[in-house]
Amino acid sequence: MELLLDSLFNGVAIGSVLLVAALGLAIVFGLMGVINLAHGELMMLGAYTTYVTQLIFKLPILKPFYNSYIIVSIFLAFIVSGVVGILLEKTIIRKLYGNPLETLLATWGVSLILQQFVRSVPLAYGTGLVISLLIGLFLPTSFPSKIKESINFKYFKFSSWLFAALTGVLTGNVISSSVSKLSRASARNVDVTAPSWMRGQVEIIGTAFPKTRLMIIVITLISVIAITLFLNQSAWGMRIRAVTQNRQMSDCLGISTEKVDIITFGIGSGLAGVAGVAVSLLGSVGPNVGGNYIVGCFMVVVLGGVGNLLGTVLASFGIGIMTDLIGAGRLLSIWPDMPLPLSNTINFFATTSMARVMIFALIVIFLQFKPTGLFPQKGRMVEN
Amino acid sequence: MSLSKIKFDKKIVLSFWIILIALIIAAPTILPVFRLNLLGRYLSLSIVALGVDLIWGYTGLLSLGQGIFFALGGYCAAMYLQITSSSEFPNNIPEFFALYGVEKLPFFWEPFRSPVFTFFAIWIIPALVAGLIGFLVFRNRIKGVYFSILTQASLLVFFNFFNGQQKLINGTNGLKTDVTQLFGQMVGSESMQRLFFWITAFLVIAAWFFAKWVVKGRFGNILIGIRDDEPRVRFTGYNPVIFKTIIFSIAGGLAGISGALYTVQSGIVSPQFMTVPFSIEMVIWVAVGGRGTLLGAILGAVFINYAKSLVSEALPASWMFIQGGLFILVVTALPEGVLGWIQGDGPRNLLQKFGLKRKIETYPSLEVNNKEGNNE
Repeated sequence: MELLLDSLFNGVAIGSVLLVAALGLAIVFGLMGVINLAHGELMMLGAYTTYVTQLIFKLPILKPFYNSYIIVSIFLAFIVSGVVGILLEKTIIRKLYGNPLETLLATWGVSLILQQFVRSVPLAYGTGLVISLLIGLFLPTSFPSKIKESINFKYFKFSSWLFAALTGVLTGNVISSSVSKLSRASARNVDVTAPSWMRGQVEIIGTAFPKTRLMIIVITLISVIAITLFLNQSAWGMRIRAVTQNRQMSDCLGISTEKVDIITFGIGSGLAGVAGVAVSLLGSVGPNVGGNYIVGCFMVVVLGGVGNLLGTVLASFGIGIMTDLIGAGRLLSIWPDMPLPLSNTINFFATTSMARVMIFALIVIFLQFKPTGLFPQKGRMVEN
Repeated sequence: MSLSKIKFDKKIVLSFWIILIALIIAAPTILPVFRLNLLGRYLSLSIVALGVDLIWGYTGLLSLGQGIFFALGGYCAAMYLQITSSSEFPNNIPEFFALYGVEKLPFFWEPFRSPVFTFFAIWIIPALVAGLIGFLVFRNRIKGVYFSILTQASLLVFFNFFNGQQKLINGTNGLKTDVTQLFGQMVGSESMQRLFFWITAFLVIAAWFFAKWVVKGRFGNILIGIRDDEPRVRFTGYNPVIFKTIIFSIAGGLAGISGALYTVQSGIVSPQFMTVPFSIEMVIWVAVGGRGTLLGAILGAVFINYAKSLVSEALPASWMFIQGGLFILVVTALPEGVLGWIQGDGPRNLLQKFGLKRKIETYPSLEVNNKEGNNE
């Protein structure tokens, strides 16, 4: 019983990391049909945001609130990755709608650039850049509509970008002079230390669970609930679903598809940032941290069925539990006296990398029987 | 994609070939060994690029897993070289086995004692694996991005398998070939490298002609048909699964040959050949050179890799930026690649922009028809 609980918890923990990482992808890929290979790098930005927030909260002014930095960083990571995602949508992806293979290549290029960016630009100035992007993109939209419609709006826009650039440079300088760790570029991995209340373990029914793992499960749970509520209850969520179902018709009915695209992509990217916070709690953070998750995320989305959040949830927990069962060789401890050839096979796959081999092979076999995943989209098209 | 091609004079074509062959023969004497070796490696990479062009440029299947077949070819060659030069090691098996306490040669190594078997294995094994993976995927009408994701997942499966199995194929360290013997000579030696360069250059030309033959005629037409409108091909009575499987295994075989040539020239084969970035890079060589143009794939592979080594020598950090920029640029601004742009309307449009050439005036209907005909 204890063994089973342990295994289940481990599986859910692995699955919840996968889920929070795949959630943004499920939205971007499932609802917009965009293959975003830079998703892993958006996660990496979220993880680095956690690191920067942690260091800034060590400054004397913010020291008393240090314990709550992880909560703050969840919101900041959402914003940082979301802003970068919006920029990506506005500059590149917008030109490539309807060409998923092209978006795949272009976003791979973006991911290379982002990786090298965190290697060769000091994090302080990176923060400054993100802040100026944030101001530059959102300040013009917050003007009263009288200014927005006026013929001189472009000057307002220009001056707000100027203001944004100035603020960015200033913030970068302030951060780099006050936090020495952020003032130099480095390709080395960095570590995020959890605040004291998150260290240690909790005991539930006689089994000890690490608190960080529990925290990740909580983050995942909140993200899933929030995104489900948003999509199903809010006006913008309804518009997003409408555009997903029939873009032309929604356009005719007066929904701004352009805005819907930006919002959808922004939220998907923001969720990648939240996943980054979760990932930063598990191990050290480096430029390549996102690459470890991206293929797994795509497998979750494909397995769950595109455009279906329930499928994504089930698929990620399924993969998580299977990974734990195979990777830790748990079947052997549940059934110790199984025949020798079988136990040899199980031992052969009982490492993390071999478990991955097995899982991916199983997924490919599964797709032989259900090519469109657990919950396929219904349609009558020749092309799916 | 534009189908118009520039027709060259026969004399020009002949002189082009004479110059090319002269360059290939002369290259080993002109270039220093280091550069010659690099050029040989890049030429061998252009064979895998030809395969990518066949499946992506002509058939519209974007595979992100060509690294599997590339590495399989490399492993076949390396296993043969290792096993034939292992007579002085304990138990007559390659040296690394001793590190893991393995005394008996794993069964799948046995056939590689034979040079004839190896010669065929280098291209048949990758082709068979590609055919199997392809058939399983195509049979379910999985296509487009799902195909890409599944090939990438298969790549990870193979990578993790080869990376984790020390006792079978030396795991993450890979198999070294530069200190092994072939025809009584060291593979890493200068004379052998020169020989490999000539073999590579010859095989690139052979592969080019082979690919040309494949895309010519009805078979090639069906491939292009699958790329442009697969349901229509199916409704016309062809079975796309067979054609896609065949072309995918041809590309796999080409990748295997390429991997073997690359391995003997770089001196090692390791799971690094099966990493995700390397397989995506293969796509960008073709994209920059011009998908759907075979020559473009070869030139793209050679030039981008050469540029990579030059830039990495001068400014190591900037190559990632340049490469990332290339991906974005080629997709957004130059979807037909450099050669496709030259062969298409690119130069004329550019000249027109600067007012150096008069615009061709046609009836609007002609323009519309023309556009439709060229639509992909």
